[in-house]
Parts: sequence; structure tokens; C-alpha cells
Amino acid sequence: MTVDTPLAPGAARKRRARSTTSLTRSSGLGLGIALTWFSLLVLIPLSLVVIQSIDGGWQTFRETLTNPQTAAALRLTVTQALIVTAINVVMGTVIAWVLVRDSFPGKRLLEVVIDIPFALPTIVAGLVLLSLYGPDSPLGVNVANTERSVFLALLFVTLPFVVRTVQPVLMELDRDVEEAAASLGASRFTTLRRIILPSLAPAITAGAALSFARGISEYGSLVLLSGNLPLKTEVASVRILTYIENGNEAAAASVATILLLVALAAIVLLQILSKWVARRG
Amino acid sequence: MGIEIRGVNKNFGDFVALQDIDLSIPSGQLTALLGPSGGGKSTLLRIIAGLESSDSGTIEIEGLDATGLPAQKRNVGFVFQHYAAFKHMTVEKNVAFGLEIRKKPKAEVKKRVAELLKLVHLEQFSHRLPSQLSGGQRQRMALARALAIEPSVLLLDEPFGALDAKVRKELREWLRRLHDEVHVTTVFVTHDQEEALEVSDSLVVINEGRIEQIGTPDDLYDRPASEFVLSFLGPVTRLGDKLIRPHDIDITRYEHAATASGRITRWTRVGFEIRLEVTPDDVLHPDPVQVILTRTEATALQLHEGDMVWLRPRAGAEAALAR
Repeated sequence: MTVDTPLAPGAARKRRARSTTSLTRSSGLGLGIALTWFSLLVLIPLSLVVIQSIDGGWQTFRETLTNPQTAAALRLTVTQALIVTAINVVMGTVIAWVLVRDSFPGKRLLEVVIDIPFALPTIVAGLVLLSLYGPDSPLGVNVANTERSVFLALLFVTLPFVVRTVQPVLMELDRDVEEAAASLGASRFTTLRRIILPSLAPAITAGAALSFARGISEYGSLVLLSGNLPLKTEVASVRILTYIENGNEAAAASVATILLLVALAAIVLLQILSKWVARRG
Repeated sequence: MGIEIRGVNKNFGDFVALQDIDLSIPSGQLTALLGPSGGGKSTLLRIIAGLESSDSGTIEIEGLDATGLPAQKRNVGFVFQHYAAFKHMTVEKNVAFGLEIRKKPKAEVKKRVAELLKLVHLEQFSHRLPSQLSGGQRQRMALARALAIEPSVLLLDEPFGALDAKVRKELREWLRRLHDEVHVTTVFVTHDQEEALEVSDSLVVINEGRIEQIGTPDDLYDRPASEFVLSFLGPVTRLGDKLIRPHDIDITRYEHAATASGRITRWTRVGFEIRLEVTPDDVLHPDPVQVILTRTEATALQLHEGDMVWLRPRAGAEAALAR
């Protein structure tokens, strides 16, 4: 039989280098269009927000952040979004698993229902939550004007993210691989931990990032139920609106910048975590 | 010893996958389960591995009753058609997986993995990911991974089915040599009769959920128990009342005591081989007879398309089955 020789490292590097430096005309055009589009829609508006926040000098920025009401709103938003994302990671994966691996009556229906929080206008979601868990709750559960209302609203609107990112990856996953692990002596749990989860990690991460980003920016679904009580149930997005209404645009931009940084940090952290899980498997 | 299969039945809904299978597979041999797709051979292999459960019957592996044991406890090595590589692990990690599960000391794992990678000629690829390997290399990695746990039996499910013809041939020879070195009881499933005949010590032909015949490759080729086995193991044609292999027919341009005579109506050349169709002028057996001969034979006999020829079984042609 032939003995395979690995590519000389120099050769591999040379090829890679060439492919990044020389673009064909069509791929150059594609890259140009993509970058222009991205700049117009994302980069320029985002940089404007950041510029605006420090327009009034660091003074405004610092004052806004040390304002107890704003600090409380930011803290509440970030902690609730974190808790909700953690729950989504577990529940979303479980739901995706059930949808892919099990067959049961009503599966199709559940598939559709999962997307409802996605499709529903958020204010409608807010209305639903208010009538279900508000002062006139038919269930006798009244969480209006408490922190739990924020939690509940976020849980409701972020439900589909992890489910929808994990589901396709789980469908693609080879059953052979699990059988191979079993025949090598791995228990169900070991197979899950060392084979399945590392393969799902990138998808879970993507879902978690979406869920977290949605969580810290949510407005419509929670304003009705939470009551927006300062220092208690007021979230960052409501805070931004208040600043705008009071004509303090620099302060609004400051809060926005903080949210932006938090989201960015979360995405980077999740990426690192996902890499780590995938490698450890 | 080896593998003892008694009274195994398996149905998938209405479909009968296996019917009353009794089979003993001897220790240390390389046995092929041969048959057409959907005939039940893969199902039987998966039942031996514990990846599928039988509806009835018992499985004994090396003297131990394995019928109720889950796959994890059977200590079998299983190789899948599509490699089933752990994509996020390096080659080295893939091979080490079974040993790490068994909580073997690190140094021992490292040593054993190095040995195995040497055995399958993948030493220099130990830090690559499976996606950076070719199909043949991936399958060799899968084989090393299965051998790492020192399985009491090694089971291969169409191991070369996803590879191209040249690599398949190489790996086939290599598996034979590997088995001569390692001597683990090996069962492999294939639908390729050439592969089965070339590699195995003994052959089990399975069709429609039943065992058609068990024997050495020579037994099966020369003394097939049924028309199915005869036709599955190689090309057959009908000469007079008998089924015969096309290369076992003697062909001449001169009249003699022949079984059939007729004109050459088709002439196909494939490399060194010439495949002829002779349409007999016998009203009782009007179907064309296939004849295979080498290019040199055809030249020596001065044969051409449209010639009148006389056919009879060659001396020593045993694979004739009366109908």
C-alpha cells in the first residue's frame, strides 16, 4: 500500500497565503459590496452612538453610569439576561433534542409553536404576559411590577433561539458516531459529554449569544408587565428612552454604548467557551 | 468458542430481516458475511455488536452469553462504513477514546496509541483532525480505534464501501495482512463477492434473511449449494441445460461434439478480457450464451464477430449446476 506523506509545512503555508492575497474580480466585487453594506447598516450607526456618548466629554459618560437609577437598570438587565440565557442553553438543547430524536403525536404542532415568540410582535407578547401573569391573572399568578416579570418576559421572547440553532446541527449529527462511542464502552452520559456536546457547542453558543443580545435589548414585551419602577424593575432600554424623552441624548448614548460593550464581551466570551468545550471533548 | 448465534430472528415491522439464524463463527478467523443489499447481513452484524437487539435467539461471544448485554459491555470493536470519526478530536484522541473510557494510566494509553498508529501507518498524522484525512486514512484510523480496546471480536460493516476502487483494493489486501498479524476473530460484511473471496477464511452467504451457504471461498465458488450462491459469486450463463461460468466454456470454430453451436452476435472488449454472446441455433435453448476468454485466446482461435462457433464445458469446470 502507498505510504502517505504529509504536506511539507512550507507548501501548505504558501498556498494559504496566496489564496488570501489574490482576489478574483468577482470575489473582490462581492467583498466590496458586503463591506459597504455592512458599513452603512452597522458600522457607521454604531460608531455614531459611541461618538455621541463621549461627545459631552467623559464627564457625562461617568455621571450617567454612576447615576443610581441607571446603574440599577443596567445591573437588572444584564443579570436577568444572563440567567435567562443560562436557562435557555439547557432547556433549548433539551427541546431541540426532543424535537429531533423523539417522535410523538403533536410534534409538528410543537415545531410551529416554538416559533411563536419569534413571530409575535413583542408588544403583543407583552399584552399576553400581562393578561396571564398580571393583576387579573386567571392562574392566580401575579408577578406584575416585580423583577420576576422581567425574567418571565425575557424567557418568553428568547425561547426559540437556542432551539433553532441547535436543531439543524443535531439533525446532521451521525448516529454512527454515538454507536461507535457505545461500542468502545462509553456510557450514554459519557457519549453526551464527550461526543455530542462538543459537536453542539458552536450551535449552542450561537443560540446563547442571540438569546443574550435579545435579552439585554428587550423592550416591548416587558414594559407592560414590569411597570418600569425606577431602581426596581426598570431595564436599560427603558432608561435609554427616558433619557431621550428628557432631551439628554449623550446620556442615552452612554447607556447604549455600555449595552454594546456588554454584548460584545458576551459574544467573545461565548466563543472562547465554545472553543474550549469543543477541544476538551 | 468464537461467536455462537442460535435461533436469531429479527423483524422491522412487517419486514423480516433475519429468520432463524444459526451460525458459529470460529475464533481467530476472518469471516465474511456476503449477500445483496437489504439481505440482513448488516442487521446480523449489528445484533452481534449489541447495536440492535434480536427479537429472539441468543448470542455467545467467546463463551460468554452476550444476548442481554448492552453494546458497551460486549467488548467488540466495530468499524462503520462511513468511518464514524469523532470529528472534533485528533487522530490520536480518537484512537485513545476507548482506553480513556477504561481509565487506563496515561503513559499506557500513549504507548498503546503510538503502537496502533504505527500498525495502521498513521504515525505522522496523529495530530490531524479526521477532516484532514483521506477516506482510506480515516477508515484505518477507525480500525485502530476499534482495535485499541483489544476487542474479543472485530466487526466491520461494509468497511470499504465508501472508498474508491483503487483504495478499496489496497485496503483489502492490507486488512488481510493485518489480520494475519493481529489474529482477532473478525467478521466483515460486504456485498462485493470479489472482496469476500479474496480476503476471508470463510464465507457466509446471506439472502432475504436466511443463510444460503457457509464454507471456504473455494467451497462456495466450486460447489455452490444453490443457484443463488452460484450466481452471486460470479457471472453465470446457461449452456444447454446447465448453468456454467462464462470462462469455463470451450469455444472453437471447428465442428465437434459440442453442447451448443451458433453465431457470435456480440463482441465486447474490456482490457485483456473479451466477452462474447453466442446465439445458439438450438430451438430448445435460444437464449444467448455468454463466453469470456482472454484477448490472446481469441487471437489464437482467429475468432471474429459473426463467426459460427461450437461451445462445450471446459474440462475441470465444476461449477455447473443442473437445473
